[in-house]
Amino acid sequence: MRYATASTSYDYLFHEAVFIDIASHAWKRVQLKNIFIQKIFMFKSWKSVEPYLLVTPQTLVFLLFLVFPIATIFIVSFWEFTGYSMTPGFTLDNYRNIFTSQVSLATYLNTFKFVGLVWFFTLIIGFPVAYFLAFYIDSLRWQIILFLVCTIPFWTSNIIRMISWIPFLGREGLLNKLLIGIGLTQQPIDIFLFSDFAVVLAMVHLYTLFMIVPIFNSLMRIDRNLIAAAEDAGASGFQVFKEVILPLSLPGIAIGSIFVVTLTMGEFVTVRLMSGGQAASVGYLIRNQIGSLQYPLAAANAVILLIVTLAIIFGILRTIDIRKEL
Amino acid sequence: MGLKKRSPTFYILAAFFALFVLFMYGPMFAIFTLSLQGQNGALTFPVRSFGFYWIKSLFLQQQRIGDFGAAFQRSLLLGLLVMALTVLIGLMAGLAFRRRFPGSRVIFYLTISSLIVPSVLVSLGIGIAFSLLGIETNWYSSGLAGHLTWTLPFAFLIMIGVFNRFNLSYEEAARDLGASEWQAFKEVILPLIAPSLIGVALFGFTLSYDEFTRTSLISGGRNTLPLEIFGMTTNVTTPALYALGTVTTVFSFCIIGIAFAAFQFFSRRQQQ
Repeated sequence: MRYATASTSYDYLFHEAVFIDIASHAWKRVQLKNIFIQKIFMFKSWKSVEPYLLVTPQTLVFLLFLVFPIATIFIVSFWEFTGYSMTPGFTLDNYRNIFTSQVSLATYLNTFKFVGLVWFFTLIIGFPVAYFLAFYIDSLRWQIILFLVCTIPFWTSNIIRMISWIPFLGREGLLNKLLIGIGLTQQPIDIFLFSDFAVVLAMVHLYTLFMIVPIFNSLMRIDRNLIAAAEDAGASGFQVFKEVILPLSLPGIAIGSIFVVTLTMGEFVTVRLMSGGQAASVGYLIRNQIGSLQYPLAAANAVILLIVTLAIIFGILRTIDIRKEL
Repeated sequence: MGLKKRSPTFYILAAFFALFVLFMYGPMFAIFTLSLQGQNGALTFPVRSFGFYWIKSLFLQQQRIGDFGAAFQRSLLLGLLVMALTVLIGLMAGLAFRRRFPGSRVIFYLTISSLIVPSVLVSLGIGIAFSLLGIETNWYSSGLAGHLTWTLPFAFLIMIGVFNRFNLSYEEAARDLGASEWQAFKEVILPLIAPSLIGVALFGFTLSYDEFTRTSLISGGRNTLPLEIFGMTTNVTTPALYALGTVTTVFSFCIIGIAFAAFQFFSRRQQQ
C-alpha cells in the first residue's frame, strides 16, 4: 500500500511534473511567440516609418523654401500695389498691366529669343562634344579625364567666367584687334561687349555643360551591340547615327534642354552684366521691379515666367519619354 | 589610343572638341594672364608688364576695391554650412530611397522640381515670404535656404544613382552576422558610399560658393562673394577685378583638387 501509494504519488508527481513541464513549455512558447510577434511588429513598424523620418528634413526644406515661397508669389501677384507698398486684396491689374504694356511684351519676346538661341547653340555644340567623348575615345581613363575637363568649369564662378570675356570682346579687345588687323574693319566694333550677342555668347559659354552631361550619359547607355548589328545589316555610318544613335540620345537631349531652358528663362545676371543693362529679360525686369519695391508686379511676372517655363518643359516631356533616364 | 587607323570623322570631332575646350578655358586664362601685371596694367591685351601688383592690391587696398575679405569669409562659411547640410540631408534622403515607399514618387518630383523652377523665383519667393512674415533676410538664414534648394536636388540625384547600384545584400549579410542597424550603416554602408559623399560635398560647397541668382535678392545687408564681385564689375575698372577672378578661381581649383584627392583615397580604401 505504502509502496502503491508511493507509486501513485510518484506517478502523480510524475504526471504533474510532466504536466507542469508541458504547461511551462507551452507558456514559454506563448511568451516567445508574443515576443517574436512583438519584435516583428516593432521591426515592421520601424521599417515602415524609417523612410519617412529619413526624408523629413529634405521634404521640409522644399516645402518651406520652395513650395511655400512660390505659393506666396502666387498670392501676392493678385495684391494691390499703391505706389509705395502692397496691400492684400484681389486684383488682376498686375497681370493686365503686363499683357497690355508694349514694353513688357517686348521683354518677354526678347527673353524667348535668348532662350531659343541659347538652346540651339548649346545643343549643336554640346551634342558633338558628348558624341566624341562617348564614341571616339576608347580608353576609359581618357574618357574620364576629358569628361572632367568639360565639367570642371561648372564648379567655378559664373560671374568670373562672364568677366573673363571682357579682354576678348571689349572695344580694345582681341576680337576687334584681330578684325582691324586683317582689315575687315577700320573702327573697333562696340557691339561685341554690351550687346545681345555678348549675352548669348556668355550664356552658351556657361550652360553648354548642362547639355553635354545628360547627352553623354544617354549615349553611354546605348548598347554597343545595337550599333554593331546595324552595321552588320549594312547600315552606313550616317544611317547608324540617324536610325540608332540619335533616337536613343533623345532623352539626354530632353533633359539637357530642360536644364538650359530653365536656366536661361529666369536669367538676369548675364543679361545685366553682358549687355551693360541695355538688353531686357523677364528675370531682369523682375529684379528691377523688386528694386523699386513693386512686389505684386514682380510676382505677377514671376507667375507668368513659371507657367511659360513649365509649359515648355511639359511640351518636351510630351514629345520625349525621359523616364528611362531617371 | 593605339595605332588604330582613325576615320576622318574622328579628326573633325577631335578638332571640334579642342575648339570647345579653348572656348571653355581660353577666356579664363586670358584673365589669369592679365591679372599678373604690374601697376601700369590695363583691362585688355597686350600685357604691359609682369607682376603681382593687382593680386597684392586685393589684400592691401581693400577700401578702394571693396570688402573682398569679409565677403570671402561669409561665402566660405556659408559654403561649408551648405556642404554639411547637403551631405547630411542628401544622405538621409538617399537611405530612405533604397526601397520604394508610399509617397516616394511625390517626394521625388518635389525634389526635382526645384531644378526646373527658374532661380529668380526661388529668390523672389523666399524674399517675399520672409518680408510678409516679418523675418529679416540674411545670408545665413534666407541665403542658406535658397542655396539648399539648389544643392539638395543634385545631392539627391547622386545619392539615388549610388543606391540604385548599391547591393543590399552586403547590408543584410552584416545584419545576419548580428550587426545592429547603426553598425550596419557605420561599418558597411558608409565606407561603400564614402567616395560618392565626397562628390556630394563638392557639389554642396562649390554650388553654394559660386551661387548668385538664388542669393541675390535675399542675402540681406551683407554680400556673399559672388554678389560682391558683381558689384565690383560696375565700379572697378582696373585689373584688380581680374586679380579677384584669379584668386577665387584658384581657390575653386584647390577645392576641386582636394575633393578628387579625397575621392581617390576613399575609392582605394574601398577596394582593399
